Amino acid sequence: MAADQGLTQNGRGAVSAFFATKRKTRLGLLLSAPMLWLVVAYLGSLVVLLVSALWTTDTFTGNVVHTYTTDNLHTVFTESLYRTVAFRTILVALLVTVIDAVIAFPMAFYMSKVASRRTSRILVVAVLTPLWASYLVKAYAWRTLLAPDGPLSWVTNGHTPGYGLTATVITLAYLWLPYMVIPIYAGFERVPRSLFEASSDLGAGSGRTIRSVILPMVFPAIAAGSIFTFSLTLGDYIAVGIVGGKTQMLANVIYGQLVTANNQPLAAALSIIPLIAIVLYLLLMRRTGALENV
Amino acid sequence: MDLSPRLRWTLRILMVLGLGFLYVPLILVVLNAFNRSRTFSFPPSGLTLRWWHAAAQSDAARTALWTSVKAGLGATAIALVLGTMAAFAVQRYHFFGRTTISFLVILPIALPGIVTGIALNAAFRTALDPLGIGFGLTTVIIGHATFCIVLVYNNVQARLRRMGGSLEEASADLGATGFQTFRLVTFPVLRGALVAGALLAFGLSFDEIVVTTFTSSPSVQTLPLWIFGNLFRPTQAPVVNVAAAVLIVVAVLPVWLAQRLADDSATSRF
Repeated sequence: MAADQGLTQNGRGAVSAFFATKRKTRLGLLLSAPMLWLVVAYLGSLVVLLVSALWTTDTFTGNVVHTYTTDNLHTVFTESLYRTVAFRTILVALLVTVIDAVIAFPMAFYMSKVASRRTSRILVVAVLTPLWASYLVKAYAWRTLLAPDGPLSWVTNGHTPGYGLTATVITLAYLWLPYMVIPIYAGFERVPRSLFEASSDLGAGSGRTIRSVILPMVFPAIAAGSIFTFSLTLGDYIAVGIVGGKTQMLANVIYGQLVTANNQPLAAALSIIPLIAIVLYLLLMRRTGALENV
Repeated sequence: MDLSPRLRWTLRILMVLGLGFLYVPLILVVLNAFNRSRTFSFPPSGLTLRWWHAAAQSDAARTALWTSVKAGLGATAIALVLGTMAAFAVQRYHFFGRTTISFLVILPIALPGIVTGIALNAAFRTALDPLGIGFGLTTVIIGHATFCIVLVYNNVQARLRRMGGSLEEASADLGATGFQTFRLVTFPVLRGALVAGALLAFGLSFDEIVVTTFTSSPSVQTLPLWIFGNLFRPTQAPVVNVAAAVLIVVAVLPVWLAQRLADDSATSRF
């Protein structure tokens, strides 16, 4: 304060004060448009979504009626169909997460600790590239693979799972695999090599080293990857529609209510389930230290 | 070395299997676009370019491709402006709520697509309909731009962090005005990051389907929407195969380019 006043007496405070306000104006201008977009358009949309869960539709015209009722929420949490579908979806999400972790762990291990630096860099790009090949096309690829006269049936003489729940799990595990490999790879990069030597010097075999030394250290990274596999599975309805046969997941039901049944308020109420599930999962994962690893 | 040879070999084999799992389906889709038979029958009875001609002749597929390009360009343009502004604010200024911005920018891509889609759908119905703006290309672009901002933001922010403030200060000390500094110093350094961010944003927008489904109108179809609509129609199968192969190439190419332009985790989608 004193220094500030001293400067003002010298006539330099006015300049710096002007500069400071100008800096604030510039910051305000820089922030205005992105914040207008993200807060007003995006967070605003989420609020509209939550509010619209309390609206209802006119049974006769199908139009949305803006009167507040908790009927939709009541339906969502009591209807046995929704409960079954919600449980199935969460189970599938967990299963996909476990499968991806099992496949990704040795890949990340190899990329970080066995491959040379050059190979490792190439492998990271190789794992990330399929992420960018159209999601729709990848699901479609599995439809082709699992088709009755497709490649898999040709290789196995007709012993394929066909379209259904198994196909859904395989396809989703395929789609989200890179999201699991990359965080685990980053986790392995933080494990010093000397620990392997120390562990084997102390007489531990490979299995024991992996179990007692590596897994506990890499676990937060696995948890970080699981946030993606879990969240993405909860929200998926396209892949399920393409390879799932008659299988219904939460997002299919939401889509059905919104588009087929034209019941926007019920769809909004249903979408609260994945929203809650993800928030709970994030809170659970925060305890493992996963959020610092994303 | 520190790892037993047996473990090394096991890991190597599992790595190869993992990569095979990732790539075999993609290769099959591209191969299928050249399949002579109309169905998915495998192995292909022969290879042909016939379906590529058929796809090029298909008005619906061409219109959808063009819609996708327009949506991608529109969303990329908005994402470039907003993402760069947010990145500058976060990297060059200290203010209350600075860390919240990163979270806010990532949120549209972190939440499941169906939640984002259905939220935008509800908001557009409530807010835009009274203004006379119906669902269509505009709403698709707004939706795509929302989750594309993070890609530009991440790239520009990483570049600004590495660049530091000293170059700009030196420029100001040498008498350059703010605008001159931006034009001659800041922008040339950022160019690569901007191009990389734009390519990634375009790639993401180009193959997005969930948010698109909820923000588009029946008359406005992007290429993924068109493919999805025709996936279960056997007569369209060969053209769908070609469109699928195009989608793989168009989405992967920008990533390879972006990879070359920005060395700092440009391919990271998170």
